[in-house]
Amino acid sequence: MEILSFGDKGWGDELFIATLMTIAVAITAMIIGFLFALIFTPLKLSQNKFLNLISNTYTTIIRGVPELLVIYLFFFGGSGAIMFVARIFGYNDYIEINAFLTGAFSIGIISGAYSTEVFRGAIQSIDKGQFEACNVLGLKKYIYFFKVIMPQMLRLAIPNLSNVWQITLKDTSLISVTGLVEIMRQSYIAAGSTRDPLLFYSVAAVLYLMLTYLSMKLINKLEQNYSRGY
Amino acid sequence: MDLELIITSFPKLLSATIVTLKLLSASLLFGLFLGLFFAILRLNKNKLISGFAYGYSYVFRGTPLLVQIFIIYFGLGQIEYLRSTFLWVVLKEPYWCAIIAFSLNTGAYTSEILRSAFETIKPGIIEAGKSLGLNEKFIFTKIQIPIAIKQSLPAYGNEIILMLKGTSLASTVTLLDITGVAKFIISTTFRPIEVFIVAGSIYLFITFLVHNLIKYLEKKYRYQ
Repeated sequence: MEILSFGDKGWGDELFIATLMTIAVAITAMIIGFLFALIFTPLKLSQNKFLNLISNTYTTIIRGVPELLVIYLFFFGGSGAIMFVARIFGYNDYIEINAFLTGAFSIGIISGAYSTEVFRGAIQSIDKGQFEACNVLGLKKYIYFFKVIMPQMLRLAIPNLSNVWQITLKDTSLISVTGLVEIMRQSYIAAGSTRDPLLFYSVAAVLYLMLTYLSMKLINKLEQNYSRGY
Repeated sequence: MDLELIITSFPKLLSATIVTLKLLSASLLFGLFLGLFFAILRLNKNKLISGFAYGYSYVFRGTPLLVQIFIIYFGLGQIEYLRSTFLWVVLKEPYWCAIIAFSLNTGAYTSEILRSAFETIKPGIIEAGKSLGLNEKFIFTKIQIPIAIKQSLPAYGNEIILMLKGTSLASTVTLLDITGVAKFIISTTFRPIEVFIVAGSIYLFITFLVHNLIKYLEKKYRYQ
């Protein structure tokens, strides 16, 4: 058990920090995903065929292609794209982009595709009468969306969003291929230097289980909060 | 955009597709049996047995697939005892380790899909079978299972697509499936976009086929 203790002799503190890193990447990715969903959900619901096509292309490609491939695209392609832009402005040195940002961005794009589908489904299942009533009452667009549609949408979306969160949390393990030190990468390092992969990967599994369990508990509380009155 | 790279990498990625499809079909086959087995255990009245099945599906659905592969491929080889048994013949091959991990993973999801399908079968149907004097085995295999398959087709279609994407993790244990070959080409040519387009299209094409197959089956097995 000494091997898992905190301090110089054990890997406890390293694994603890790595767990915080996993949480940080997952939350950042989820937020980036929401931003993507915020752009693509309206496109999906719009009457314009062309806008629909853009949004459908995004969700279809991202949901049909392995996460690892998307991560490789951004990992290998990200710094290339930025250097290309920098060269136009006359900057010729090598630029390395942050592993955290690359990781959170690529997982965020993936999580955004799932969130978009969730929000689309939630908005579509709100009774049409609600939209019509808002128009009849002449509510301002702002109030209409934030006070009428949003609360109803969230109630329907939260159970599915909790699935998206679980997927996002588990997907963060894939960022370890880019070298960001989260749970998986730290276990890999520890397993390599102690020659005890069974122990460290089992610890990683337990840490992920803990994270999924705790987040489920939290989300259930949130769900109760939003479904009051029903 | 390097059109030549797209053309030259296509045959390489296409031959890697065979590895991906082999991994996918083997894990789906084993996973289906595991899933059915654990779904039946879940419906058992004995708390201990159903609890065990629940624990299995909870652990495999709550941890990333990558951890599961690494435990099986890197972790199990560490146990001295295993090295002396016949299991070692299987466990030293990354190919079989990947299949074991994928099967256990998809088995957990499949067991949930089948369990909920079994639970939605109306009790009246089973009671009707009993009152006709059919024995329990017959009711299970000829009535419950066909209905459960019908019920679970859409969800299982999603699971096939998730598993297809899951097979990409085989590349982390040195297997050269589509993603493995794609990564190799990317890291030697530094042209991620072109390779992504080709590899992504192959995956999307398989997804498209699976999607239509499931749609066809759903239509075929619909209640008349």
